[in-house]
Amino acid sequence: MSTKEQQRRIELLQGTLDLLILRTLVLGPAHGHAIAKAIEFKSDDVLLVEQGSLYPALHRLIKRKWISAEGGVSENNRKAKFYRLTALGRKQLVLETSKWDKLARAIGRILRPTEGGPS
Amino acid sequence: MKRRDRVLQDLDQEIREHIEMATQDNIDRGMSPEDARYAAVRKFGNVTLAKEDSREVWSVVWLERLLQDIRFALRMLSKSPGFTAVAVLTLAIGIGGNAAVFSVVDSVLLKPLNYPRSEELVSLHQIAPGAAGLADFENGLLLSPSMYFTYAEQNRTFQSVGVWNAGTANVTGLGEPEQVRAVYVSDGVLQALGTPPGVGRWFSAADQIPRGPERVMLSHGYWQRRFGGDPTVIGRNIMIDSQSREIVGVMPKNFRFVDSDFDVIAPLAFDRGHVILAGFGFHGIARLKQGATIPQANADIARMVSIWMDSWTNGPNSNPHIYETWKITPLIRPLKQEIIGNVNEVLWVVMGTIGLVMLIACANLANLLLVRVESRQQELAVRAALGAGWGRILRTLLTESVMLGLLGGSLGVGLAYAGVQFLLSTGPANLPRLSEITLDTRTLGFTLLLSVLSGLLFGLIPALKYAGPRASLALRGAGRTIGASRERHRARNLLVIGQVAMAFVLIVSAGLMIRTFQALRTVEPGFTDGEHLQLMRITIPDSLVGEPEQVTRTQNAILDKLAAIPGVRSAAFTSEMPMEGFDSGWDQIYAEDKVYEDNTIPPLRLYKYLSPGFLQAAGTRLVTGREMTWSEIYGLQPVVMVSENLAREMWGTPSAALGKHLREIPTQPWQEVIGVIQDVREKGVQEKAPEIVYWSPLMKNPFGPGPIQVARTVTFAIRSERAGTEGFLNEVRAAVWSVNPNLPLASVRTMANVYGKSVARTSFTLVMLGIAASMALALGVIGIYGVISYTVSQQVREIGIRLALGAQSGDVLSMVLKEGAKLALLGVFIGVFAAFGLARLMTSLLFGVTAHDPLTFACVATLLVSVTLLACYVPARRSMKIDPMVALRYE
Repeated sequence: MSTKEQQRRIELLQGTLDLLILRTLVLGPAHGHAIAKAIEFKSDDVLLVEQGSLYPALHRLIKRKWISAEGGVSENNRKAKFYRLTALGRKQLVLETSKWDKLARAIGRILRPTEGGPS
Repeated sequence: MKRRDRVLQDLDQEIREHIEMATQDNIDRGMSPEDARYAAVRKFGNVTLAKEDSREVWSVVWLERLLQDIRFALRMLSKSPGFTAVAVLTLAIGIGGNAAVFSVVDSVLLKPLNYPRSEELVSLHQIAPGAAGLADFENGLLLSPSMYFTYAEQNRTFQSVGVWNAGTANVTGLGEPEQVRAVYVSDGVLQALGTPPGVGRWFSAADQIPRGPERVMLSHGYWQRRFGGDPTVIGRNIMIDSQSREIVGVMPKNFRFVDSDFDVIAPLAFDRGHVILAGFGFHGIARLKQGATIPQANADIARMVSIWMDSWTNGPNSNPHIYETWKITPLIRPLKQEIIGNVNEVLWVVMGTIGLVMLIACANLANLLLVRVESRQQELAVRAALGAGWGRILRTLLTESVMLGLLGGSLGVGLAYAGVQFLLSTGPANLPRLSEITLDTRTLGFTLLLSVLSGLLFGLIPALKYAGPRASLALRGAGRTIGASRERHRARNLLVIGQVAMAFVLIVSAGLMIRTFQALRTVEPGFTDGEHLQLMRITIPDSLVGEPEQVTRTQNAILDKLAAIPGVRSAAFTSEMPMEGFDSGWDQIYAEDKVYEDNTIPPLRLYKYLSPGFLQAAGTRLVTGREMTWSEIYGLQPVVMVSENLAREMWGTPSAALGKHLREIPTQPWQEVIGVIQDVREKGVQEKAPEIVYWSPLMKNPFGPGPIQVARTVTFAIRSERAGTEGFLNEVRAAVWSVNPNLPLASVRTMANVYGKSVARTSFTLVMLGIAASMALALGVIGIYGVISYTVSQQVREIGIRLALGAQSGDVLSMVLKEGAKLALLGVFIGVFAAFGLARLMTSLLFGVTAHDPLTFACVATLLVSVTLLACYVPARRSMKIDPMVALRYE
């Protein structure tokens, strides 16, 4: 990875990984590698996920009962563990998303006061 | 738990799969399998960390890690048993000493007294600055019975209030006559203390009526000893001082009266119709009303003092307001403070010194650990390189030192137990609340805390030094010992300097105590050779011998019998020996050739009584004049003796006192001064000798016509080489009983015992500080020895080069010695300042020496510097023998 490429990519803020995982799982159950790939792909590879850190995050979410884990078979017929959003997780996602929007708007207004429209 | 296990069980597998998939994706994008795998692994990051962090989500991981660290620490410790043994033993001594002293401090100073809501209990202490002579009287101005009635009836701040005093009583009719410890109480005392009786009842107000039914209560100990704990003793009668008294109750087992053990409690039964203003002989005790404060109570008493003066009289033609000149001021103290007295200074000093020893021990251990960690630097560097965070390494090292602390602490508890036993056996007999000292859960909690804290303290220095982020540098540097860098030694040098400084402070305080003891020994106490002076106290009660002259004749007969015992050189009696601690009489004295203004009371003087021959028996020096004779005593001749300081105060010189005349009150005929006696340290060697008037034991009542006055309770002093031996005491008892078989002997001891008790506080402090100081010295020497020899071993190569280049072995020796001397001098330098500040805290314990005694400071400094130089000399000698060739090959 060149330095230039690194500059283009953004390291994830603490805690946002949890939110992204929840968002990814809205589309359906997935295994770890698929989740990591989905996050990177959807962000046009801007977001850099150190894939290792995905696992502690998954366990954190399981512990909070926002997702659940079940056995399954991957697309290339390998045994894999699939993660699924729970009802509680779905509620949490809505909550976290609105919180995130508020935060992003607020930071946006501060950073670019002229573009923020009348306020 | 189950969910956790299910989720975690195939984490390894899952991560492997993840990497496999990523590799496959990379291959699909056209990478070579090798590059694909490398990229996948790289993208995944630290696998172990991911696993550990995942596990940590399910927490209690900290516990697992702790257990892991503990196992590791124990393994490391067991690998170097020598180091572990030294460390644990050092700690055990330090922690044990601290735990023992803490248990004493806690039991004596911190715990509340053993009475219900004991914080409400106060002692009615009062002072009378206008009444000179009372100033150094330990008890201040005691209460008179009229004060008791006023305070009990007029107060607004007490739930109950009473007065008491302690003494002895003779119990007869239960086998051999026995002298027992008696406490006399007014109504209100037991109610204030609030401890209910174990059996029977308290005294009621009806028991306090004079000439009413006579009652008594027993202590649990006396009840067990004399009556075998028989509950039917209630209602039975016993003979106390030839008076039949009905037993109404027994106090419970752990009840102590204020701070004294006692056998019986009897009512004071004051006759309200006959009390006068005077008679200041009773201790006041009270329980404050809820919410009342000591300042309020003081104000309350101050208000009642004037009521007291208006309500009572000393008889017709006396002016009750003469006491206004005494400036009687209440100084109420919590009962606990009254009991603890001045021992708290001693205990805090001892606690402080033993705490310093602990710090020195910690410094030593920190040094040991520094050396140990240095040799493990490579291991630590490898662990850091393999990805252990420095926090983790710090934790590993601290776990190890805390484990050491805990091991030392558990051994220390055993030592503390032994230490407490030692303290109890050597501790001063007058240490208050001695019987309450135990090694309880509070002490164990303190020990645990101390163990952990000390582990953290001595572990933190090496841990911070080596677990830091720079640890990786060591990987390159370690293994070579080129030029022991100054930086590496700085921590150790600082520790040694600190140790020497702390040791200096401790040895100075021990030195000051030694000087105090020396000064005490040079004081002339007013008697000689206490080892061979046998004492005993005998009371002849009214009921046994009624006629006053007969009392003196009985005492005289006892003296004759005692003098006939083989080995007795002389025998005599007096109202009390110096330092015996019995309450003595104080009163003013008027001289014929002085003019006294009305409405002033001259200073109070101590009144004592002497039999002829006393000066010879006790070894007290007669300054001038002569002693009384028996014929003068029986003839009620108006003769008196005075102490040298009283003679000098009144007439300038002792010889000028002879032939002068004195009297106590105007109704008494003038008494001629016939002798002047050397000053006697009545209240202890450290206290100023009081001015004393020596009266005849038998004399006309100075208060006018009335019965002749006689000293019924006296101390016999027998000068004999055989004093204190059992055979001698048997002969003494037989001699007394041949005169009157109903006379019990009390306080049988030698004058040396009495003297020892009086200096017990000083000698206790001396012993404790001596122990602490020698521990400090030993630890300090070990510390400096360790550092210097380690420095030498690190400098082997440097020394080898110097020697190879032609340095003389003497140069090498002085180089090493200089290094040690530098540390020692710096330590002493800092120690001087610290000791200057700290020794001032000891001022109240010192006698005849200032807290900044230059001689002590100089001696201790010389001692410490020479001892540390000696400690350096051993490794320095070794350095001289270094063979340059071997040294250079050493790397």
